[in-house]
Amino acid sequence: MTTRIFVPIDSSALAVGAQAVAQAIAAEARARGLDVRIIRNGSRGMVWLEPLVEVETPQGRIGYGQVSAGDVAALFDAGFLQGGEHAARVGKVEDLDWMRAQQRLTFARCGVIDPLSLSDYRAHGGFEGLTRALAMTPHDVVEEVVASGLRGRGGAGFPTGIKWRTVAAAQGERKYIVCNADEGDSGTFADRMLMEGDPFTLIEGMIIAGLATGATKGFVYIRSEYPHAFRTMQRAIAIARAGGWLGDQFELEARLGAGAYICGEETSLLESLEGRRGQVRAKPPLPAIQGLFGKPTVINNVLSLASVPWIMAHGARAYADFGMGRSRGTQPFQIAGNVKRGGLVELAFGVTIRQLVEDFGGGTASGRKVRAVQVGGPLGAYFPDTLLDTPLDYEAMLAVKGMLGHGGLVVFDDHVDLAKQARFAMQFCAIESCGKCTPCRIGSTRGVEVIDRIVAGDGRAQNTALLRDLCETMTDGSLCALGGLTPMPVLSALTHFSQDFERPAAEQVFP
Amino acid sequence: MGQGVGASAFDEGLALEIIEGLAHLEGAMLPILHALQEAFGCIDARVVPLVAQALNVSRAEVHGVVTFYHDFRDSPAGRHVLKICRAESCQSMGVEHLVERLRMAHRLEPGQTSANGALTIENVYCLGHCALSPAALLDGEPIGRLDEARLDRLVLELSGARA
Repeated sequence: MTTRIFVPIDSSALAVGAQAVAQAIAAEARARGLDVRIIRNGSRGMVWLEPLVEVETPQGRIGYGQVSAGDVAALFDAGFLQGGEHAARVGKVEDLDWMRAQQRLTFARCGVIDPLSLSDYRAHGGFEGLTRALAMTPHDVVEEVVASGLRGRGGAGFPTGIKWRTVAAAQGERKYIVCNADEGDSGTFADRMLMEGDPFTLIEGMIIAGLATGATKGFVYIRSEYPHAFRTMQRAIAIARAGGWLGDQFELEARLGAGAYICGEETSLLESLEGRRGQVRAKPPLPAIQGLFGKPTVINNVLSLASVPWIMAHGARAYADFGMGRSRGTQPFQIAGNVKRGGLVELAFGVTIRQLVEDFGGGTASGRKVRAVQVGGPLGAYFPDTLLDTPLDYEAMLAVKGMLGHGGLVVFDDHVDLAKQARFAMQFCAIESCGKCTPCRIGSTRGVEVIDRIVAGDGRAQNTALLRDLCETMTDGSLCALGGLTPMPVLSALTHFSQDFERPAAEQVFP
Repeated sequence: MGQGVGASAFDEGLALEIIEGLAHLEGAMLPILHALQEAFGCIDARVVPLVAQALNVSRAEVHGVVTFYHDFRDSPAGRHVLKICRAESCQSMGVEHLVERLRMAHRLEPGQTSANGALTIENVYCLGHCALSPAALLDGEPIGRLDEARLDRLVLELSGARA
């Protein structure tokens, strides 16, 4: 009998040696004359356990964590094909606390199936959402998404269904669905994990969006820092086309970005897709009315589109039953940085920062005290310990002058210097500014200089006032979220960690 | 993806062939530039008028696009490219010490290529391996939990590299 062994092909697993592990298992099985089939699955999201090898047994899928190629012979000796005991054995993967505590809707299949097998996909509920959507009118599909309460998972939190409704009503001989897979925020990797681990879910979501709005062409714009995700999406699209899921009614293309953070901003992404510099467009007109090539365009994040198949398969109400307040459904949170157990957990909105960092994450990797957690990427706020009990939902984060963004959390221990982090926020804005508006283009560079003066003890009070004033100008005067939100990490650092800006100059070491 | 590895010398016929093969795409500019860089290791100035002509835009516009994006380079990279993530998650795990190590122990600076042309170091902001920080990308392959010992080993292997 063939034993099925799962070795992730997710690029984070590859980053810690999964390829060598897969090769070693194949070689060892051959040498021992054992009949195994190695399946390259996505990641379960327990990234700290990668490479997480799973063996299918009558008791279920038994996991072995942090396996290296050198461990493989010993695993065979320990009888791991029957789920045998070994130091690396973590038990039945589905029963692990990390997995059981989650509400996996969007990521239900990720890490479970072969990402590029259509039959696996269908066997695990794939295309059920599309099948149901095909039996409905486009109008009803749009209203189902509206009723689910789904909001844009890219960070802005705009209701997805409302966007679809606008595009459906817009006149145009051609309409587009654009998927924003330019996941540039540090501390986030959910889009990457989904594209590498369950790409057909995204494809299904985009086909449904096309049906609902009358769009016939879709693009997935993937950042070039994600070469593996790009290749997997390209292959998945070709497989879906060969399987008859794409073609005359809806066609799809994966496109590669070229290393510009700003292209995660929707209008800049559209410029880039059209073949121009990724400079932000003034709104209005909204992309829903005049988007890609001037045509009505749905532009949604990977996670927004990938949530749609579940919503269509199980109904808007089932989805809206998760969550709190005006944040309905689930959010894939990503725990990153200086943390013991980093990875992805999908949970209903309302979980607190502390629960993620301490219960799931297990505290810092360094074993030191957590000093700050940055939520929502480079444009998100740095929170001190006193705010870690804030629930993660769109409104609750706004209330503490932060934002949920794309659901990423970066943990810092007590070695962090928040003045340095504030300076980096301004510097990053200067590096990545598209240059179109003055507050962002010039303000970011002035911001670096002012922070340097504050830290050097040069007119500290006046320069701090000046920095707050500059932040106000950038917030109110920038054309898009890059310039508009860079003040968020800066002001949060200044407010919650003011002592870092007031140290004697000699203690400060800047490059 | 942006590596100098395997790139060949400039050849106008090949450049035209690449451009013509992709010009039918909607918004063909970026796919064309990526393909040209893949073939020649950089965006050679000589391709600018060819792309402009094929897409019916001005040379200035092509130049503008090439210079906007961090990925496109005007000269080929070294034989190996190590992209080091400098973003917040990797900062929290000490990537700045690794960059300092490159400077002090190996005389390598982000944005530059080693004197023998073997190794280019580049900054990158997030590779999506934030649960395994610090992260890097070596010739397109990911590296997680990079530490000083591994970095030293990589640099020695690669910069002593035979052509």
